Amino acid sequence: MTQRNTAAPGHIEYVLRLGDNALILGQRLSEWCGHAPVLEEDMALANTALDLIGQARLLLTHAGRLEGRGRDEDQLAFLRGERDYRNLTLAELPNEDFGRTVVRNFLFAAFQVPLYQRLTASSDAELAAVAAKSLKEARYHLSHAGEWVIRLGDGTDVSHDKAQAALDYLWPYTAEFFAANPIDDAVSAAGIGPAWHNLEADWEAAVVPVLVEATLTVPARTPFASYGKFGRHSEHMGHLLATMQTMQRTYPGAQW
Amino acid sequence: MVTVMLTESQAWQVLGDVPDPEIPVVSVVELGIVREVASRAGGLRVVVTPTYSGCPATEVIADSIRAALAAAGAGAVDIETRLDPAWTTDWMGDAARDKLRAYGIAPPSGTAAAGGVQPIRFVAKSQTCPHCGSTDTERLSEFGSTACKALYRCRACREPFEYFKPI
Ligand SMILES: [Zn+2]
Repeated sequence: MTQRNTAAPGHIEYVLRLGDNALILGQRLSEWCGHAPVLEEDMALANTALDLIGQARLLLTHAGRLEGRGRDEDQLAFLRGERDYRNLTLAELPNEDFGRTVVRNFLFAAFQVPLYQRLTASSDAELAAVAAKSLKEARYHLSHAGEWVIRLGDGTDVSHDKAQAALDYLWPYTAEFFAANPIDDAVSAAGIGPAWHNLEADWEAAVVPVLVEATLTVPARTPFASYGKFGRHSEHMGHLLATMQTMQRTYPGAQW
Repeated sequence: MVTVMLTESQAWQVLGDVPDPEIPVVSVVELGIVREVASRAGGLRVVVTPTYSGCPATEVIADSIRAALAAAGAGAVDIETRLDPAWTTDWMGDAARDKLRAYGIAPPSGTAAAGGVQPIRFVAKSQTCPHCGSTDTERLSEFGSTACKALYRCRACREPFEYFKPI
C-alpha cells in the first residue's frame, strides 16, 4: 500500500527466515532472564537475546518494506499465524537446561557467522548493512557459547553427559539449516544471499573442532527432517507464540 | 514567529554536550553515534547509527538529541538512522578513551578491525586497570551491565572495573 512490491521472487521469504530465526531464538533466550545458574550467565543470555531481537527488528522491518503491504516489525512479529513464521525448528525448541541452551547457541551462532559474512556482499544494500552489523554480534555469541561447550563437555561427568545429551537431541535439527529449496536457489541467483546448503562446509569447520576439544561425540546424520523454515513447526511453536503474542492479541495496537 | 536557526557547526557543538545515557561521561559525538549533521529548510537533519542492534539506549539517544537541539533553537529536527558503515569502537578518539578511563571503564584495546573476538578457549587477554594501571587483571564476565562492556577485576588493587569491548 505504501510502496510497490518490487522484490525478487523468494526475497521476502528469505529475509523472513533470517528475521524469524533471530526473533524466535531471542524470545527463547529471554526466558532465562532472572533464572540462569549464575549472574554472569544471566547477563550473557539476556544480552544475547537483546542482540537477536535487535537483529529481528531490523530484518522484519526490511521484510515489511519489501512486501509493501504496510506491515511493520510489530505486525510481523506479533500478528502472524504459526504457519507464517519461517524460523528454523532449532530456534523454537524449549531451553530445557543450561547445557542445551548453550549447545544450541553454539550450533546456531556457528551458522549465523558464515551466513552474515556472505550477506555483507548482498545486492540488497539494506540487508548487507544489517548483516555487517549483526556479524560482529554473532561472532561474540559464537565465542561465548563455544567456550561453554568446551567447559561443559570437558568438565565433570555430569556436565559432559548433559552436554552430550543436548548435542544428541539438537543435532538432527541442524540438517534443516542446509535443506535445499527453490527460494534459496532464486535468492542466490539474484545475488541477494547465499543458498544455505552452501554453508554446510563452513559450519562444520567451525563446529567440529570445538566439539572434539569438548570431548563430545559428533552425532551421525540421520534421515530425520524438520521443516520450520518452510512454515511447518514443532509442537513447541504454538506455546511460544501464545506467550510472545499475548499482549498484541489482547490489546491490539498497544505501544510501549 | 522567528525561528533562530542553528548552523551545522553550532549543532555539532550542542550535540557534543549530549551525554550517552548509559555512560554519561562521554558524549554521543565522542562515541561516534552522530554521523552527520546537515542544515536544511526549516531545520536540521541528524544521522545517527546504533551501537548494538538491540541497544535499548538507541531511542533515548534520539530523544535527547531532539531535546538538546530544540532547546538550542534549532527548527524541525529530523533524525535518520543509518546502519552502514556499522558502528565500531575504532571511531572513539583518544579524548573519549581518557574520559572512560577516568570514569573507571577500561577503553577498548587495539582496533576492532584487528579482530576484537579471540579464538575459542582462550585465556582472556589482560586489560589495564583504569584505577591503578596494573595489567594483572582477570575477566569475570564476558557481558557487563550494558551490551558494550565486559566485567573485569584487578588483582593488584582488588577493584572491579568494566571493559569497553572492541567491535
Ligand atoms: Zn587496579
